[in-house]
Amino acid sequence: MARIDLDHIRHAYGAKPKSEADYALKEVHHEWNDGGAYALLGPSGCGKTTLLNIISGLINPSEGRILFDGTDVTHLTTQQRNIAQVFQFPVIYDTMTVYDNLAFPLRNRRVPEAEVDRRVKEIIEMTGLGGWAKKTARGLTADQKQKISLGRGLVRSDVSAILFDEPLTVIDPEMKWVLRSQIKRLHKQFGFTMVYVTHDQTEALTFADKVVVMYDGQIVQIGTPAELFERPRHTFVGYFIGSPGMNVLPAEIDGARAAIGDQSIGLNFQPKIEAGAKTELGIRPEFISLGREGMPVAITKVEDIGRHKIVRARFADRLISIVVDEDGEIPAEPRVTFDPKAINIYADSWRVGEEA
Amino acid sequence: MLEMKNISKVVGGETHIHPTDLALERGSLNVLLGPTLSGKTSLMRLMAGLDKPASGSIHFDGADVTGLPVQKRSVAMVYQQFINYPAMTVYENIASPMRIRGADSAAIDREVRKAADLLKLAPYLDRTPLNLSGGQQQRTALARAIVKNADLVLLDEPLANLDYKLREELREELPKIFAASGAIFVYATTEPSEALLLGGNTATLSEGRITQFGRTIDVYRRPVDIVTARTFADPPLNTIGLVKAGSHFTLEGKPVLSVPAHLAAVADGPCTVAFQPHHLSFDRPNGSGDPLTVKTAISEITGSESFIHVGFADARWVMLAPGIHDIEPDATLEVFVDTRHLMAFGPDGRAVGGTA
Amino acid sequence: MEKTWNNKAWFMVLPVLVLVAFSAVIPLMTVVNYSVQDTFGNNEFFWAGTDWFLEVLESDRFWDALTRNLIFSAIILAIEIPLGIVIALNMPKKGIGVPICLVLMALPLLIPWNVVGTIWQVFGRVDIGLLGRAVASLGINYNYVQNPIDAWVTLIIMDVWHWTSLVVLLCYAGLVSIPDAYYQAAKIDGASRWSVFRYIQLPKMKRVLLIAFLLRFMDSFMIYTEPFVVTGGGPGNSTTFLSIDLVKMAIGQFDLGPAAALSIIYFLIILLLSWIFYTVMTTSDAQG
Repeated sequence: MARIDLDHIRHAYGAKPKSEADYALKEVHHEWNDGGAYALLGPSGCGKTTLLNIISGLINPSEGRILFDGTDVTHLTTQQRNIAQVFQFPVIYDTMTVYDNLAFPLRNRRVPEAEVDRRVKEIIEMTGLGGWAKKTARGLTADQKQKISLGRGLVRSDVSAILFDEPLTVIDPEMKWVLRSQIKRLHKQFGFTMVYVTHDQTEALTFADKVVVMYDGQIVQIGTPAELFERPRHTFVGYFIGSPGMNVLPAEIDGARAAIGDQSIGLNFQPKIEAGAKTELGIRPEFISLGREGMPVAITKVEDIGRHKIVRARFADRLISIVVDEDGEIPAEPRVTFDPKAINIYADSWRVGEEA
Repeated sequence: MLEMKNISKVVGGETHIHPTDLALERGSLNVLLGPTLSGKTSLMRLMAGLDKPASGSIHFDGADVTGLPVQKRSVAMVYQQFINYPAMTVYENIASPMRIRGADSAAIDREVRKAADLLKLAPYLDRTPLNLSGGQQQRTALARAIVKNADLVLLDEPLANLDYKLREELREELPKIFAASGAIFVYATTEPSEALLLGGNTATLSEGRITQFGRTIDVYRRPVDIVTARTFADPPLNTIGLVKAGSHFTLEGKPVLSVPAHLAAVADGPCTVAFQPHHLSFDRPNGSGDPLTVKTAISEITGSESFIHVGFADARWVMLAPGIHDIEPDATLEVFVDTRHLMAFGPDGRAVGGTA
Repeated sequence: MEKTWNNKAWFMVLPVLVLVAFSAVIPLMTVVNYSVQDTFGNNEFFWAGTDWFLEVLESDRFWDALTRNLIFSAIILAIEIPLGIVIALNMPKKGIGVPICLVLMALPLLIPWNVVGTIWQVFGRVDIGLLGRAVASLGINYNYVQNPIDAWVTLIIMDVWHWTSLVVLLCYAGLVSIPDAYYQAAKIDGASRWSVFRYIQLPKMKRVLLIAFLLRFMDSFMIYTEPFVVTGGGPGNSTTFLSIDLVKMAIGQFDLGPAAALSIIYFLIILLLSWIFYTVMTTSDAQG
């Protein structure tokens, strides 16, 4: 278990990066708590896998240092860093039995056989692979194989951190639920420092205490799931988190009012806007209520997705999404109100606070 | 119209598809929903004519096409992997089905540009597929399927390898793109939420059988048996074995849930009661709903909602509650089941009673 | 890929079928014909039944040649398979080294058998050959024309030089298909170099190794051109393999009946041994 310090890390895959654009990973400077569960979330190519590989030691960063519990490990190998990693596709030694697969990392480290047996049995118990222990790992289903990969990560009690690289990609939806809550339970139980890379917001939000949202080689926000949902720092976070994403509408800000087209919306604060900035109003589909009062909208489509309905509508000549309850009714002359507490104002895509 | 009559598929003594009847209308979008190895791909291959059925016949617009090889049918297929001709430009990739057909170049140019516009590929027509992102590669494959102007378009988990947000975008566009063409669309997926978002019709598959076929939302709301209900639930369906005795469902003689009006006609005796995770809540829903005391396991927070894993008797349930609830494990909680949405299944797994 | 029903495909393979019929099936039937009959020319044939087969099987000459073949194949496999694996493991996985190594490896495979034989025949000569002179100058009494052991060593070195590349290329193909994640996982699990080989690389190479093993066995068991060119089967009969003996019998002595019988026995031995190897190796694969 370890605290992870990322000290002014930058990385470029090319030899001599000239401009900012040459960096696959722009400057990252953060401290991650011992025993924390972090998710790196972002679209493909955002640099999340690069960052994970820097932590695991598979990539040496072009600049900056990485510290585990204050010790510089930047130039240590993966083995020396003593981390565990679970990959996107299950990696198993398919000539070995399930038991030997799990015992492998321990035996490589010359752990006494009695201790190996104790640990492996614990993991087998935990992952529910009991009936398979003596069978070869080949011929298991994808989720069983991934459980073995997971088990090999957990079997060592002394790891500094466990890294997950989109571990649930090949798993069926129902099994995803089981494995995900299992990982979460193990985290609560043993308090490993865990870093989980994914492009799936549900996985990231449900797994992590802190979600690190990455976009174009940068960390755009680190926050709890609730913070990311309620107060996205950047319009990208608003768009990327939530399904459908946040409605972002161009707005003219005047004091504590925002004008969208011919509609004027009262804000519960006075945003501090620099002159000339492009200003937008962000509101999540969950915080727009559809009823008989408020501002008029024209509904274009209603998607019934079971537990709620997604209403697509034109509002002040812009397309917006509204989430309506399963049993919620859709009036003939629909109007909407925005929950003032849930409105965020953005200047040049970054969220702005109150006027001082 | 595509009709499959008593179709089955046997490979080496192993039945992949049990005898099945299925009729798909022109201009319809049909989702095949089921976990990995449930027979989605096998069924698609039979529809396409890639495999010969072991029994039964396939008719297209009334004509028997059972033995007809795939080349002689009007079929387009898009796979989970991004399959394009790597040495050809995007333009040539999209044009390829028309070139094979021997269309004149003016017509090809017109159709290719139309499809490229539709799928937002216009700026990339001169690139080769390997220089595109995954989403663009799959768009290219989709454009090729559109240009082919086939009567039957088969999409085998086309979005599975794409980022979450890209998936969301394409999923929204696909029904629009395909609605215009008048072909029969078949779309295989493992994800219930994807089926709901696509709408249209859904056939649920389990172990080589179609368990139900109908309008997507109807199959979701009114599953004919428990297997269908389980296939079509994400998060997983909550179930418990109870005994109906008069006005209550009982467990070991003690009343657990009151019987709602739509299940009043169910005969007394053992049955499986099921409900969706969002029908379990902290608050009493609209005067109905029965309180239950459950033990918490773990809670997962998605920002706007929480998934709380709870245990009741021997059953493991998931509760989907709006808002953020970080609940300690092993706590005791009182929750409510919205009995208006209860489903009941007889000992044979068939749905009993009416539905809400 | 997709299986498709396309009758055109049969037309495409038709020329090959015809070719195979003329080059393999018809000659084989002729051989079968010869092996059970006796002829004194003039196209007059007499039924000989199994006489020729018995004659071959009872002759020391046959068993000696067969033993030489088996020893030769065993030595070849024992050297080429491990050597091929070692070279493949040490080949670069990316960068400019890859095409260079691949071309170097492919070179010996591109040279015709008889040319290989001639090269080595000259190369090893003590009077004018580079190798022969070099070895002789080291004070080793090396002469493949007179010394049977030298003749064997020359043939083995030649075969290793000629064919190890094939094993290397097949193994290399198997190795590059292993995803990077496996190596990363092994590093993280703290696996030693040997464990990586034993538990990741070897299992993944199994299929291609089986193919390499079968190809090298069949080829080495049927070796003809190289000893024919280099040693001509000598000194004495020390490098007279079945194939060379067969030609001596058929072309040299015109004993067509026994030669035909020997051909068939030879063919059956190869078939049988290949089948045994294949079965043994694939069943161990299935249990693996």
